[in-house]
Amino acid sequence: MLGRILTSGLIAGAVAGLCAAVLQLLFIQPVLLHAELYEGGELVHFGAASGPADRPEFGLDPVRDGLSVIFSMLTYAGYALILVALMALAEGRGAVISVRNGIHWGVGGFVAVLLAPAFSLAPEVPGVAAADILPRQVWWFATVFAAGAAMWLLAFGQGRLAWGAVVVLLLAPHVVGAPEPDSFSGPAPTELGALFATRVLGVGLVAWALLGIVSAALWSSGGETAS
Amino acid sequence: MTTRTIAEEHSASAYLGVLVAAFLGLGIVVLAGHVQADALHAAAHDVRHANGFPCH
Repeated sequence: MLGRILTSGLIAGAVAGLCAAVLQLLFIQPVLLHAELYEGGELVHFGAASGPADRPEFGLDPVRDGLSVIFSMLTYAGYALILVALMALAEGRGAVISVRNGIHWGVGGFVAVLLAPAFSLAPEVPGVAAADILPRQVWWFATVFAAGAAMWLLAFGQGRLAWGAVVVLLLAPHVVGAPEPDSFSGPAPTELGALFATRVLGVGLVAWALLGIVSAALWSSGGETAS
Repeated sequence: MTTRTIAEEHSASAYLGVLVAAFLGLGIVVLAGHVQADALHAAAHDVRHANGFPCH
């Protein structure tokens, strides 16, 4: 069982992580590098010395971008191991895992780890103000676990209690609220921040849909040969 | 009785496999995305931002 989860998860994670990395380098990295010019003070977005609206040209950086590819594949491998482990658990309890419903698993994962935390703690471009890192991390993990549990109950829960729990688990982190900075004094322009956050969510949705489909395909095709 | 024991053992090992894989996955996500050690933070910086993790 463990071997089968590891094999399916690591392959699916590598595929989705590579896809996420390519989309990151194409669509997210230019916004990130542009914002870093504001973060470092090379550009400012108020007054006469206001930075140009044109996006500067950024070339590839083999070391930096190579590390992004590696860490993107690692991150998605981690996600994939959790996703496939949950698929195994669901299958053991009678659910059918198929290529066709794999996308549901992927979208559920996207909601849990990207959309739910982003709703109150928007993906941060470099150069925005933020609260201390530790409270943000604690809130992020709590929100991801709550939203993940909600996705599970949405798929497999039965009865009014389960539906009520879904609503509470999805709402509670945002009613409590994410940690916020004392003042909004980040040097990055809001235009770049908004573009960055939406692109992170868009790329994440594509990568997670792929992760769900590939994980389900590998998991369901490995069933006949598994002991 | 024997069949039941084998089935129970199979089920227990399946749950153990699920737990180990999930914790391994969680460990990888924590290491790649959240541990604040300087070298790790620098190497994973862009991916952390691009995946919506709280970064610095």
